[in-house]
Amino acid sequence: MQVLYFAWVRQKVGVSAEEVSPPPEVSDVAGLMRWLSARSPGHAAAFENARTIRAAVNQEFAPPDHAVSPGDEVAFFPPVTGG
Amino acid sequence: MTVLPRISVQDAPFDLGAESAALTAGREDVGGVASFVGLCRADDGLQALVLEHYPGMTERAIAGIAAEACARWPLSGCTVVHRVGRIHPGEPIVLVLTASAHRAAALESCAFLIDWLKTGAPFWKREEFADGRGERWVEAKAEDDAAAARWAARPAAGEGALF
Repeated sequence: MQVLYFAWVRQKVGVSAEEVSPPPEVSDVAGLMRWLSARSPGHAAAFENARTIRAAVNQEFAPPDHAVSPGDEVAFFPPVTGG
Repeated sequence: MTVLPRISVQDAPFDLGAESAALTAGREDVGGVASFVGLCRADDGLQALVLEHYPGMTERAIAGIAAEACARWPLSGCTVVHRVGRIHPGEPIVLVLTASAHRAAALESCAFLIDWLKTGAPFWKREEFADGRGERWVEAKAEDDAAAARWAARPAAGEGALF
């Protein structure tokens, strides 16, 4: 599973992308966030307040209960501020 | 009518006149072109905005929003150009152009597109300040969510609404 980070989430995690292999019980976006939080202090800081994080699965915005599977591209980022 | 929106995510500035002319070149059925140009403001001593995006998803998201605009309003053309990278006060950030036989469809769809670009496309703005104050990520605004949400409940001009 490819995980991407953007904006201050990327800054806190310390990398812009990483390949991860979560266990099978990690089945949705919220579960993946919890699992990623344990990887490093930077991850923990990035995901400290889950309500400030948005996600996309395979380049579509995805809510916390959206399923994730091996092979997915999952991205985490703050609420968007374009335009 | 089938419209293929022109979508570009780019570092370089854009040319409003050239983009507008491209929507009307060789056509006699376009009654109006609506445009919105978003500029970088020098709020609070801002020295530059740095725009980051999610390559791939950005283009898909904008294409989806543009396709919805083309489905809701009778457009003859549609252009969205969004810059990324470092942008200084006074410089343009985003361009939305919509062309239609009639003004209501052009004006409404242009507003729809810029409202949705603010909330539905993966861009992030970081503000850089002079005098050692460093940088800060722009936070999403509730009024932008409200501006985008109003389009969910509102009929489009092409569906007979008065402008």
